[in-house]
Amino acid sequence: MAGKRVTVLDYGSGNLRSAQRALERVGAEVTVTADRAAADNCDGLVVPGVGAYAACMAGLHAIEGELIVSSRVAAGRPLLGICVGMQVLFDAGVEHGVESVGLRVLPGRVEALRAPVVPHMGWNTVTAADGSVLFAGMAADTRFYFVHSYAAHDSDGALTWATHGEPFVAAVERGSVSATQFHPEKSGDAGATLLENWLATL
Amino acid sequence: MVTRQTGGVTTAGTLAVRVIPCLDVDAGRVVKGVNFAGLRDAGDPVELARRYDQQGADELTFLDITASSGGRETTYEVVRRTAEQVFIPLTVGGGVRTPHDVDALLRAGADKVGVNTAAIARPELIGEIARQFGNQVLVLSADVRRVPAGGVPTPSGFEVTTHGGRRGTGIDAIGWIGRAADLGAGEILLNSMDADGTKDGFDLDLVARARAAVSVPVIASGGAGAREHFAPAVAAGADAVLAASVFHFGELTVGDVKDDLRAAGVVVR
Repeated sequence: MAGKRVTVLDYGSGNLRSAQRALERVGAEVTVTADRAAADNCDGLVVPGVGAYAACMAGLHAIEGELIVSSRVAAGRPLLGICVGMQVLFDAGVEHGVESVGLRVLPGRVEALRAPVVPHMGWNTVTAADGSVLFAGMAADTRFYFVHSYAAHDSDGALTWATHGEPFVAAVERGSVSATQFHPEKSGDAGATLLENWLATL
Repeated sequence: MVTRQTGGVTTAGTLAVRVIPCLDVDAGRVVKGVNFAGLRDAGDPVELARRYDQQGADELTFLDITASSGGRETTYEVVRRTAEQVFIPLTVGGGVRTPHDVDALLRAGADKVGVNTAAIARPELIGEIARQFGNQVLVLSADVRRVPAGGVPTPSGFEVTTHGGRRGTGIDAIGWIGRAADLGAGEILLNSMDADGTKDGFDLDLVARARAAVSVPVIASGGAGAREHFAPAVAAGADAVLAASVFHFGELTVGDVKDDLRAAGVVVR
């Protein structure tokens, strides 16, 4: 996987350094930047994200993140959204009754997770999509680290599901777009394998 | 209550109960004694973090007990070095007073930040942090004891303390954690100051009352002395169990605790 150039998009949100280190661990050359040329030219673009949907959209807007993401997707070039960085790829997100328009790369809406204990915090299993590349070679009981209160409940593409109170979309693979609701960069060896699988597609 | 599926049943869709070792860090060094065989430097938080990661820890918690401001820079450096080498979530608590402190810790590589005394003094701090960084980063750490004889009675019989459990506040502990969750705390770290250090087991009554009072995750802390102490805390409603000394002195490994939890029908990673 050596030599795969990955840009982690820095728009003021997310554990950028954790994402960087986890990708470097599996051999990527990582740049953390908001620079559009770097984001356009890399082999793979990672969109991280932590916190509130509207705040992340505002952060993306400030660096013309809509353009960076949409031009990349239009060109069919690889992109990986993580956590809120996945959520912003959808049409919209509703938090505390306020709807925010998303990047509209993936069909669907992000809404509150209905479960007895929220946030969904900790290590959970997933039911991987048939033919999934991200989860290739992983045992069915592999666990990933989740921390979120909102989720998409449907979309389009190869959908990987998890359950906390109710089923929700844990990962999407659709054309050049990949996204995970959990944090591969915090999911130990399982997360490293997933990132390796993604790098192999670049 | 979360339904916990037991032996023989698929674990699909069941969140694993987390086992969390906690390390006290002072000016970049682990203190309060760590005695592992085979460590080059028992005071190095990074080396210990790596060891616990290898044992299967689901998260790590650093409690920063540094008093000096210069020492806090050292703490950021420790968090940075740990986050570079350990790929599981890291919570850092101790001395967090402002959103700026939270920002500095998150930038250093912490995933979650524990807030305690400063939130008691000024509860609005909880909302300020949650709005800026999301409630998932905010762990409300509550040092709780049963109101001692002669103390100010509280509705639950439990009160919040400060100064490591030495000073009562007269604030009802169960009311406080409920309020903190409403204000935006994403998780409650429930330290029983009565059980802490006794090695007699977690305060199960306290855990059960906290579980009933909030819908955010509850971490049980204080009193773990033996492997059989952990499953009852989960049965009482804990989403995670935290311990320090039993792990530091090699009395138990994280794996031992998970074996015992698994035998009791609890889902673990």
